[in-house]
Amino acid sequence: MSTFVFPESIKSRPTYGKLQNKFGKAYLFIADAEGAEAIIELASKDPALMQKAHVVYIPKDTGDQFLKDLNNLNINQLYIGPSYSAAQSRIIQAFEQASMGLQVCLSGTEGLIGQALRDAMAAGIPHTSIQTEHRGSVSRRMQCVHCKGITEDVISDPFVCSHCGLNLFVRDHYSRRLAAFQGVCIDAEDPGNIPDSVELYK
Amino acid sequence: MSGAEKINAKVSNIIKLNDLVTRFEFERTDGQLFPTFSGGAHTVIELKDGDLTRRNPYSLMSDPMDQDGYSISVRRDDEGRGGSLFLHNNIKIGDDVVLSHPVNLFSLDLRAKKHLMIAGGIGITPFLAQIKQLDRSHGNWELHYSVRNQSLGTYVNDLMAMHPNDVNIYYDDEKNFIDIVNLLDGQPLGTHLYICGPKGMIDWVVNEASKLGWPNETIHYEEFLAPKPGKPFQVKLSASNKVVNVGENESLLEAIEREGVDAPYLCRGGACGQCETSVIEADGEFIHRDHWLEDDDKSSGKKIMPCVSRFDGKTLVLDR
Repeated sequence: MSTFVFPESIKSRPTYGKLQNKFGKAYLFIADAEGAEAIIELASKDPALMQKAHVVYIPKDTGDQFLKDLNNLNINQLYIGPSYSAAQSRIIQAFEQASMGLQVCLSGTEGLIGQALRDAMAAGIPHTSIQTEHRGSVSRRMQCVHCKGITEDVISDPFVCSHCGLNLFVRDHYSRRLAAFQGVCIDAEDPGNIPDSVELYK
Repeated sequence: MSGAEKINAKVSNIIKLNDLVTRFEFERTDGQLFPTFSGGAHTVIELKDGDLTRRNPYSLMSDPMDQDGYSISVRRDDEGRGGSLFLHNNIKIGDDVVLSHPVNLFSLDLRAKKHLMIAGGIGITPFLAQIKQLDRSHGNWELHYSVRNQSLGTYVNDLMAMHPNDVNIYYDDEKNFIDIVNLLDGQPLGTHLYICGPKGMIDWVVNEASKLGWPNETIHYEEFLAPKPGKPFQVKLSASNKVVNVGENESLLEAIEREGVDAPYLCRGGACGQCETSVIEADGEFIHRDHWLEDDDKSSGKKIMPCVSRFDGKTLVLDR
């Protein structure tokens, strides 16, 4: 199982649930990596649901581990793509063509869930009505609060901003609008005094 | 003083719209401007009826940006507790009234891509202000308005003249009904639904929308409850150390106010939650009629909304 229980934190930090079969006219699943397991689990409880589903799946480093199982679910429309940015125009088009009653289900890493949630909100879906389930890596999508650059899949704290090179402390302070956690310079007062980097939640 | 802030005003015009509905227009007595409000807001109008102070909530239906005056449209209810009848029969141009600052429990969600409005009868009033607000901001909206017949179609002509492409009227007597399932099915993503009208209509539309998978967050409705008459009962107010007899035709809140106890309120219609009161002791049956308390709160016997709910039994002691 690829689940992880996040410890309690500040209010800003997103929390996740478990995908449930809520009634809908149509379903849009957006998932990455181990997020496929959440879809496969839901489909095992209600196989018919997949005939109303459009699944956008980004395998990331799981490669073809879940592809066979997904292909066996009789999904109405299944897209497998290399990255969220590659899939984004398809996702936005899916929102444009959808009508009220669409159920949006997001599963996988926080970076994927956050970006899909941001695009769903922009399409007019209340964020509280979107189902999410965290699966797989606890890596984060981070924004450097200094240069505003985004670093994807950050797994250690502190880390080096991939844009400006500052040493950033990984905060739980999250922006839904940016779909990113905030990274703040850790050695601003005392340049060069940087704690050892540790893996998140280890 | 409880409730929203007060404004002293006088009746500047009274316009009879049809057999049942009359519009009352107000201006301030101090010559100042009224506050702007947001579409869907209501005001509580305070009227002196002999020894009785009537406080009734009505949706503001004037332009939310018009600070020169406020207007309400009131449907005469011959079977109610007399608030609307008093307005229709006793209020004259020039009379002094006290209006509360606007309070909005039925506001537009401006994140919506489209606003779909369903009105029944006098339920049109909050939408009149919302339409003016959306018109100014070039919002995307559509109104479906069901009325009994042509002659009772309050504001139908105005709406059709100003917004012929966005307003759809349904006449009951011509067996013209809103085809709600087909109307809701296929609405673009990001549509919010607003319903104001009789309880049966609200329940029906909310139920159909939920069946089609509309998120609760996108479904908005407003139903003002008028306090219903009921058997007289006695209540003890422990904090103010008073015993109050609640008459047949007054609400528990009104009886508390009559005795000079300043109890909190906003909507006076069971919707806002402001008047929630703790029960210290009770021996009898609660008659809960509000939309505020959860079912388990109601069955616990620990809370009551005195604006619309009553009690039938031997003892009731409230923390007020």
